[in-house]
Amino acid sequence: MWLRCSTLSKSKPILYFQSRDVVVPGDVIAQGDVEIETPSYVTKLEDGRVVANVMGLLNIEESGEKVKVSLIPLKGRYIPRPGDLVIGIVADAGLTAWFIDIRAPFPGVLNAADYLGRPFNPAVEDLRRYLDVGDVVIAKVAQFDRTRDPILTVQDKGLGKVVEGSLIEIEPSRVPRVIGRRRSMINMLQELTGCTIVVGNNGRILLKCPNPEVEAVAILAIKKIEAEAHTPGLTERVREFIIEEKIKRGLMSRGLG
Amino acid sequence: MGLDKERPQLIVNGRRIDGRAPDELRPIEMEVGVLKNADGSAIVSFGNTRVLAAVYGPREVMPKHVAMVDRAVIRCRYRMLSFSTEERKSPAPSRREIELSKVIREALEPAIMSELFPRTAIDIFIEVLNADGGTRTTGITAAALALADAGIPMRDLVAGVAVGKVDGVIVLDINKVEDMYGEADMPVAAMPGVGRITLLQLNGVLSRDEFSQALALALRGIRKIYELQKEALRRKYVSTTEEV
Repeated sequence: MWLRCSTLSKSKPILYFQSRDVVVPGDVIAQGDVEIETPSYVTKLEDGRVVANVMGLLNIEESGEKVKVSLIPLKGRYIPRPGDLVIGIVADAGLTAWFIDIRAPFPGVLNAADYLGRPFNPAVEDLRRYLDVGDVVIAKVAQFDRTRDPILTVQDKGLGKVVEGSLIEIEPSRVPRVIGRRRSMINMLQELTGCTIVVGNNGRILLKCPNPEVEAVAILAIKKIEAEAHTPGLTERVREFIIEEKIKRGLMSRGLG
Repeated sequence: MGLDKERPQLIVNGRRIDGRAPDELRPIEMEVGVLKNADGSAIVSFGNTRVLAAVYGPREVMPKHVAMVDRAVIRCRYRMLSFSTEERKSPAPSRREIELSKVIREALEPAIMSELFPRTAIDIFIEVLNADGGTRTTGITAAALALADAGIPMRDLVAGVAVGKVDGVIVLDINKVEDMYGEADMPVAAMPGVGRITLLQLNGVLSRDEFSQALALALRGIRKIYELQKEALRRKYVSTTEEV
């Protein structure tokens, strides 16, 4: 009833899509022997068809006979990975650890001993003295193996409790675009707006800006990146957008641009 | 129409009660990402049947004891709204709705790569806004779109359609009148890309030949719906690309 091609050729695979195309689940990307970059949401069927599993942007690298396929999802919940930088909001304080909302399906666990950098005795001290529900922390995922909840740590430069700034949220799958290739996008944003920007892998972004006007411009720019994450030539377009917005608000004169 | 004692003539001059040919689908509309709070959502109509689907997750499982260590729990609720039928439907979950929730969940489960998200839950809500036959298959079609919109990895999209036998003719995508007065109705859902049937129910009597004919017709219909699903998903991103 279903047509099946089982012609498994060892020669060059047939590609049905181009690099940077938007694919949806069930799309046959290629037929034949291709390399799949892991982890990516692409599977190979027994008959040699290579199928996309999520909606995303396709990336195809061809070098001679070899073809490498990877897929960047456009949407999806944040799943923690060790080493990720996350911006969390304290959801609950336990006896010796805080439970932190990191926008993942699991609560992040931040141990008191880690936060304080010294042994902690719950009999003499109350955790809420240091961090209370609603506080924002920048942390790193120390360990996570899916059998237990992710353990967070603040023992590194730039991590810890956040006392000032504005927090915004974007789709976690679009974080790589906000950072850009070799941090190009984020460096450009910081340069043009004068804000200090911390981007968490979980899609929360902390902005510290010299004044509310540039903050508004920075937020608009980030929202633009989020909405147009799947389009090429984004960095240049965002640069123009920021300059345009700054001129509109009288933060910059046209001659200087 | 529903209260007539007389059975209406369902096929006149080879045309069906709503003017369609036996192998013709109703006009289909699909839109993805219609709800803001949900991670993924879709609204689908097959003629007068209109169904809204919303997907949440993978998210924390509540209550915690239902979580599974090796994969995500998939929960599904199918519901017909009080105003979806001609006569008001009691909002309490009926036997039929509870059963359909299970059947729909089982039709979607083979497509969802739940093993990627252990100890989490994926919740699917299917609300029938207007019922005119084929609500379960429309619901599956909408839910598959909502799952894809939520970014949940899937082996393939799932599409569904109901076929039936009315006045001795095998017809595609039956509506409520054909369902009520026909000899048989058979909802089918499948993953056309990987060639798997995920739902197959039969109410009424079909001969062996009629059954194979009906199944082939359903799968042909599903192919068309599947292409429309992909188009609907792509449309969401193409529109922003064009703005740029």
